[in-house]
Amino acid sequence: MSKMSKEEKKNRKKVKPGRLAKRDALVGIAFISPWIVGVLAFLAYPLAQSFWYALNNIRPTPLGMKFTYVGYGNFTELLMATPEFPTTLIEYVVSTIISVPIIVVFALIIAIMLNQDVKGKGFFRLIFFLPVIIVSGPILGMLNGDGAGSITAIDIQAITDAIKEVLPSAFAEPISELFENMITILWYSGVQILIFLSSLQKIDRAMYEAAKIDGGSGWECFWKITLPTIKPMILLNCVYTIIFISNNDQNSIIELIKVSMFSGTQEKGYGFASAMAWLYSVVVLLIVALFAVLFLAKKDVYAKQVKKAKKARKKELREIKRVGRRSARHAKKRERENRKAGK
Amino acid sequence: MPKREKEKTEKQENKSVSKKATGARPKFNKDKFRKFMLGSKEKQGFLKLFCIYGLLICIGFIYLNPILHMISRSFMTLDDLLDSSINWIPSSFNLDNYAQAARSMDFWKSLGLSIIIAGVPTICNLVSCAVIGYGLARFEFPGRNVVIGIIVFTFILPSQVTMIPTYVLYSNMGILSTLWAFVLPSLLGMGINAPIFILIFWQFFRQVPKVLIEAAQIDGAGYLKSFFRISLPSAAPAIITVSLFSFVWYWNESYLTSMYVAGVNVKSGWTSLVIQLDSFASNYSKYAQTASSGAVTLNESINMAGTMLSILPLLLMYFVLQRYFVESIDRTGITGE
Repeated sequence: MSKMSKEEKKNRKKVKPGRLAKRDALVGIAFISPWIVGVLAFLAYPLAQSFWYALNNIRPTPLGMKFTYVGYGNFTELLMATPEFPTTLIEYVVSTIISVPIIVVFALIIAIMLNQDVKGKGFFRLIFFLPVIIVSGPILGMLNGDGAGSITAIDIQAITDAIKEVLPSAFAEPISELFENMITILWYSGVQILIFLSSLQKIDRAMYEAAKIDGGSGWECFWKITLPTIKPMILLNCVYTIIFISNNDQNSIIELIKVSMFSGTQEKGYGFASAMAWLYSVVVLLIVALFAVLFLAKKDVYAKQVKKAKKARKKELREIKRVGRRSARHAKKRERENRKAGK
Repeated sequence: MPKREKEKTEKQENKSVSKKATGARPKFNKDKFRKFMLGSKEKQGFLKLFCIYGLLICIGFIYLNPILHMISRSFMTLDDLLDSSINWIPSSFNLDNYAQAARSMDFWKSLGLSIIIAGVPTICNLVSCAVIGYGLARFEFPGRNVVIGIIVFTFILPSQVTMIPTYVLYSNMGILSTLWAFVLPSLLGMGINAPIFILIFWQFFRQVPKVLIEAAQIDGAGYLKSFFRISLPSAAPAIITVSLFSFVWYWNESYLTSMYVAGVNVKSGWTSLVIQLDSFASNYSKYAQTASSGAVTLNESINMAGTMLSILPLLLMYFVLQRYFVESIDRTGITGE
């Protein structure tokens, strides 16, 4: 009996608008519920926890972990008393900021070349994508250790020496390292090449034809059609490259974090490592933000001009109104004066 | 390298010769020559093509250089290594290096474990990311954009910041140094690079026409049925892409694998080829002490043979499935909306 009434209720409610949408929303949330659990367990909780860790000195004991609250002591110690961390961090930042544009520009050049009518396109794509498959920390370490990571034909020593003379050591170190591991830098660009390539292939050919009819050269076409169209992809590739470099095993900071995490002492245990990880993450996010600001889609010129014109018109209108009001006031004043004079 | 350079210089010489020849006889079809070099409307010029092919071949060679170097080194004997006249081609194909390296890495066992370590989380990733991506693409619910924002944020955030509490969490749950430490997060959509996979699936399921699903609903298909019968089969390229990349990325991950699964200070039974390679020197010295005979001291060739062994399975996979790898990014549709 009650079941029947329930069903009736359901039926009655079904007629109401929004019922289906509500059920859809519930099912949608059910579908992503694993993700919600995952975020709570593996993102929100660890984030909060690691922030708490960073403010403490932690010693693992058999009974559990012993916390000693030190406030921002870990951070000051990290930046003041540990010389290796700030230097490694600066090195990382400099080398990332230098190598990201190199990788992205290189990928773009290769993609543009592959986008021409080239025979054996598939073969070249195969080669350029190969490193993505095998690139991993230990393998790169092995190859670099063997000297296979540098281009043997170029005299790298001369370049690095020249750089070291010109620049201060904080900048010269990463740059010369960059030259020494040039191939590994190029190896990072496999995915980016394919992303660029597939976005280049999606540009409408008619645009180029129209530009050519109007007398645009290939060079102009590149700057005025190709580049603006693939600008979002440039940002995507920059972000991808940054993330890839910062999570790579070759990165010395994450190794530093790991070493400190398992050092087992109270001062340099989990708390210290957490502080390191937090600083590192903030730096990575800042770098991403930097590139995002550089490449985020700006409003196009036409919209800007329209906005400017509208603003100017509004100003004009206001001016006209003001003048009108002023003249009205003046007229009144004069009238009054006239009246006074008339009296 | 020298061989390639020689060829190139020869080509250049040929070119200059031909230039000179035409220069000497200006009447001889100067126009035609120019057309041939610089190209016309219908045909690309020879110069341009020459530049493109030259650059592509050079860069391709630079790309392959480490791998070729590794292959050639891995076959060399100690004498070949010391002999400065031998640069690329070893005097004899010496497979002994491979045998030594394979024995010290415990190749077959590591290979099997690697496949498990990469394969099981991949399947979990596939399942969870498909479900989550479908939920995001198909249904409207409040806060969906927030969810997508958080997914992008988890991609950008370095894993190190959540690593330490996660490590403690795992050890409290008693799943540290077991495969569960990889399976659990990937089941909950938090595996390695899972945000990318979720976004790929999201992108794919958005492209499934809504009319199709509505038609199925009218015919009486429930939510699950329309997911399994209509959306999932049309997302086959996404499934292939995600499984390939997930497999490769799990295979190559050494930092998290060594921390969560293989154990840092106390080794668990789990290991993978990449981790074996990471501690190749110490493994090898251990092996050399216990081996009865025939174990030479560690040298470059054995190092390279070990490296080669650890990437060989992936290389084979790549060349067999190359089409899917190379076309994957085209198909994921991240570039066009």
